[in-house]
Amino acid sequence: MSMIAENKKEFISRLSKTSISIPEELKSLAEATLEKTDLPTTRNEHWKYTRVAKLSKIDFKNSDGNVQNIEDFIIDPTKATFVFVNGHYSTELSSTEIPEGVTVELLSDSGIKSSIIKNEGEVFNALNTTHLIDGASITIANKAQIETPIQVIHILDGNEQLSNFKTVINAGAFSKANIVEGFFATEGSEKSFANVTAEIKVGANAFLTIDKVQFENEASFHISTEQVEQDKDSTFTINTITLNGGLVRNNLNVDVIGENCTTHLNGAYILKGKQHVDNHSIMDHKVPNCESHELYKGVMDENSTAVFNGKVYVRKDAQKINAFQSNRNVLLSDSAAVNSKPELEIYADDVKCSHGSTTGQLDDDAIFYLRARGLSRRAATQLLVSAFITEVIDHIENENVRAFTFNLLKNRYGWDVTPEDFH
Amino acid sequence: MGNLDGSTQRVISLKLDFPNDQIIEKSNDGYKRKTMIKINNLHANIEGKEILKGLSLEVKAGEIHAIMGPNGAGKSTLASILAGRQEYEVTEGSVDFDGADLLEMDTEVRAREGLFLAFQYPVEIPGVSNVNFLRTAINETREHKKEDPISAKDFMAMVREKSALVELDPKLASRSVNEGFSGGEKKRNEIFQMAMLNPKLAILDETDSGLDIDALRIVANGVNTLKSDKNATIVITHYQRLLDYIIPDFVHVLYDGKIVKTGTKELALELEEKGYDWIKAELAN
Repeated sequence: MSMIAENKKEFISRLSKTSISIPEELKSLAEATLEKTDLPTTRNEHWKYTRVAKLSKIDFKNSDGNVQNIEDFIIDPTKATFVFVNGHYSTELSSTEIPEGVTVELLSDSGIKSSIIKNEGEVFNALNTTHLIDGASITIANKAQIETPIQVIHILDGNEQLSNFKTVINAGAFSKANIVEGFFATEGSEKSFANVTAEIKVGANAFLTIDKVQFENEASFHISTEQVEQDKDSTFTINTITLNGGLVRNNLNVDVIGENCTTHLNGAYILKGKQHVDNHSIMDHKVPNCESHELYKGVMDENSTAVFNGKVYVRKDAQKINAFQSNRNVLLSDSAAVNSKPELEIYADDVKCSHGSTTGQLDDDAIFYLRARGLSRRAATQLLVSAFITEVIDHIENENVRAFTFNLLKNRYGWDVTPEDFH
Repeated sequence: MGNLDGSTQRVISLKLDFPNDQIIEKSNDGYKRKTMIKINNLHANIEGKEILKGLSLEVKAGEIHAIMGPNGAGKSTLASILAGRQEYEVTEGSVDFDGADLLEMDTEVRAREGLFLAFQYPVEIPGVSNVNFLRTAINETREHKKEDPISAKDFMAMVREKSALVELDPKLASRSVNEGFSGGEKKRNEIFQMAMLNPKLAILDETDSGLDIDALRIVANGVNTLKSDKNATIVITHYQRLLDYIIPDFVHVLYDGKIVKTGTKELALELEEKGYDWIKAELAN
């Protein structure tokens, strides 16, 4: 029986170790990390603005929950929908008409053979490894052109549940696919925590698009790490839409290891109440002749807070890189806040890179202009905020995801905006 | 009138032969023009500085009034206060708008009650489409008047008709508000919005500034077409040129926060020719 760092004792003492087959070496590395590493504090640069101390005070447990109806959690009507409750796969809630060219396996069946996730020093990743409940492994065959989106839905259900959940995505060479991920919590679920990892490999000349919608609740926790590896000539897009969650931390790490790749990282976060959402991204250009476009936009109301930390590396000899990054924020209340830190580290000398960050309030002149045409202040605000955030949502090609997002905005924020209004 | 050079200018100035006061005389048979707006002894400050110092003006339905004056006289301040900008503090006086206290109304209520300001500097609003926001504006106005929302079909027909009036490309009409518009397109867009909203009182704040003669004619034609005996227009301008195209019934000189002189369109010509110094001199005596 190993010792666990003091501040994690409570937090995971009631949880069982994973029953999933994991290479011994990986397991012991993760266990060592868990033993040695405290939960990060705000003294840690990567967690400067996000406090996770309250996690250590919760006595987490895990059960397979009791979810009957997932109507509200279906983003895309695709028949290839895999539903997990507190990390446990639900046969009843899932529909498994998997299109030809796609293989979906449960990690509890397939096991894990290798990992590109960093376990060393990363306590949440290590915890995910040692206490993994289950997850989906999705493989797109070489040259397969998948028209139907593959959907993975994760639901937190009940109080003080901790779900360690993982997706593994392998997009074969010359394949094309869209994966939709939804993270939800049932009504009334309190203090539950989704600790998620994803390992994504984009093969040569593959096109992979991930649409990730986060709509847990104001009493939930969500920490995720996506580790992406892009092979040559591939195009990877991830759209991260965060609309609800008490504390959300997304670590998105993209390694571009083959030339002539294109990467799109789009994020939208719309917060109110006491929500806290932290998006950390690392875009790592290791080889020449690639481009990346990163656009994150946020709207914070009431007492909500957001963090954006985007790092772009252009490694030595990674010439002819075009890397663009932009983070824009609108604060709707005096007590909302955002900490935005765009970073570029460039070691090559023939590159085109830009980054920018803006934070402001809505343009008073624009509000006055709209009111002078008869719009109420509320309608004017809604129109401006919607226009602001729609720039990101418009990047989502899957119309069902767009419509679902607009519907959530209507339900949660009262914004009656239909996508058609903007086209 | 024998000059048949065919220019728009001549055609419009033919209206001079039927000045509005004749129509008012005709109204002896019972029809009386109602007062659209009555500004009485208006004083207003911004950041403690008094800009309007007892301005009075009455505009009746069917009339066009031009307000001219040197820079800093308070012309745009007047427009801003009438539209409800919060930065200005009204310290004295009253404004009656078609029987109601204008200063008590929020900006949007003024708009819904039929007051329209064509902005001197129309605001660019990225991502908000012109037609989308106009439909919201029209429907909020209709709701205010307890009317049903406009149907999509009627709305689009109206967009086509009114954008043609100001020769605004219907594609521009559905683009983001003023974003990437030329100066002339922005001003035409203001008149397009005015046509869509059909106000009782339109205030054109330096709508002519920066327009070439073609754009000016288009804008003026729009304003003249929309003119009726049920609405009124206040034209704020630096330049007499606009008044060749939009013929005013009255020309007022605004100087140092007050209307100091009122005349007919000839006064505008005189101001154009002689500047404002003679008025200052007159006042000094």
